[in-house]
Amino acid sequence: MSIISPGFGGRRRSSAPDLPPGQYLTHDFPVLSAGPTPRIPLERWSFTITDETGARTSWSWDELNALPQEDFTVDIHCVTKWSKLGTTWRGVSLDTLFENVESTADFTMVHSYGGYTTNVPLEDLLDGKAWIAHTFDGEPLHPEHGGPARLVVPALYFWKSAKWVNGIEMLQQDEPGFWEEAGYHMYGDPWREQRYQGD
Amino acid sequence: MTTGFELDGNAMAGDLREIFAVDLTEAVATCAGCGRPSAVAALLVWGPAPGLVARCPGCEDVVLRLVRAPGRAWLDVRGAVSLRIALPEESVAEGPA
Ligand SMILES: [Zn+2]
Repeated sequence: MSIISPGFGGRRRSSAPDLPPGQYLTHDFPVLSAGPTPRIPLERWSFTITDETGARTSWSWDELNALPQEDFTVDIHCVTKWSKLGTTWRGVSLDTLFENVESTADFTMVHSYGGYTTNVPLEDLLDGKAWIAHTFDGEPLHPEHGGPARLVVPALYFWKSAKWVNGIEMLQQDEPGFWEEAGYHMYGDPWREQRYQGD
Repeated sequence: MTTGFELDGNAMAGDLREIFAVDLTEAVATCAGCGRPSAVAALLVWGPAPGLVARCPGCEDVVLRLVRAPGRAWLDVRGAVSLRIALPEESVAEGPA
């Protein structure tokens, strides 16, 4: 465990063994945005999985909330080098959402309101590794942090945890998303420090 | 005389050095989304992390993305149809000797 020193300001380097290489510990929740914050009325919110044939499975906000909910506590690691440990969330496991989706595709593109995209291999979304989260720290997820709902896939750098998520598209081949097109790593494993292309 | 396809990127060196030596914020980027021309300085920019995202003041589509990493940078211009860069009238790119 890391030890928090007196006067800790949230920006100090930490050599804690539970942090991936090059990361420091923060207790803030910095906001990083690539565009204006979309405001999505819940009655118009939806989440859609599109398979490689174009077949769609969609959930409204009420339908998402009617699914089994999970509380989960995870460490998150941002490519801008902050890490936040033990964050608590509530949402729906991607295993639940993919239960009735037939697909042979190995890759996905995650889509968001506002046009953001990020690519994640399907295997990194399943087996308890990813959620559509709507609650953070016991409160509805703030729009700045991706509310009404965001993807949380804590094993990868946090740019993969798309804010304002509204769908997942199945792909036969890996394709770059918004940041991956512009220099960031296609996979983004913080423990292997895969920040940029070529890392 | 040298024909075009025998040249490599080095043949562009003079032009590129000249272009990127100017203040690109004065360049006019035409948005690939709506076709509106805007000075780079007038684009709406989010960032700086994970990168700079410059959006069209007309339609908010992404026009430029700039990501900096140690020792390298990516400038993604696919959101711009073109960049118009003003140059001094007397400046003429030098051809091969
Ligand atoms: Zn535009």
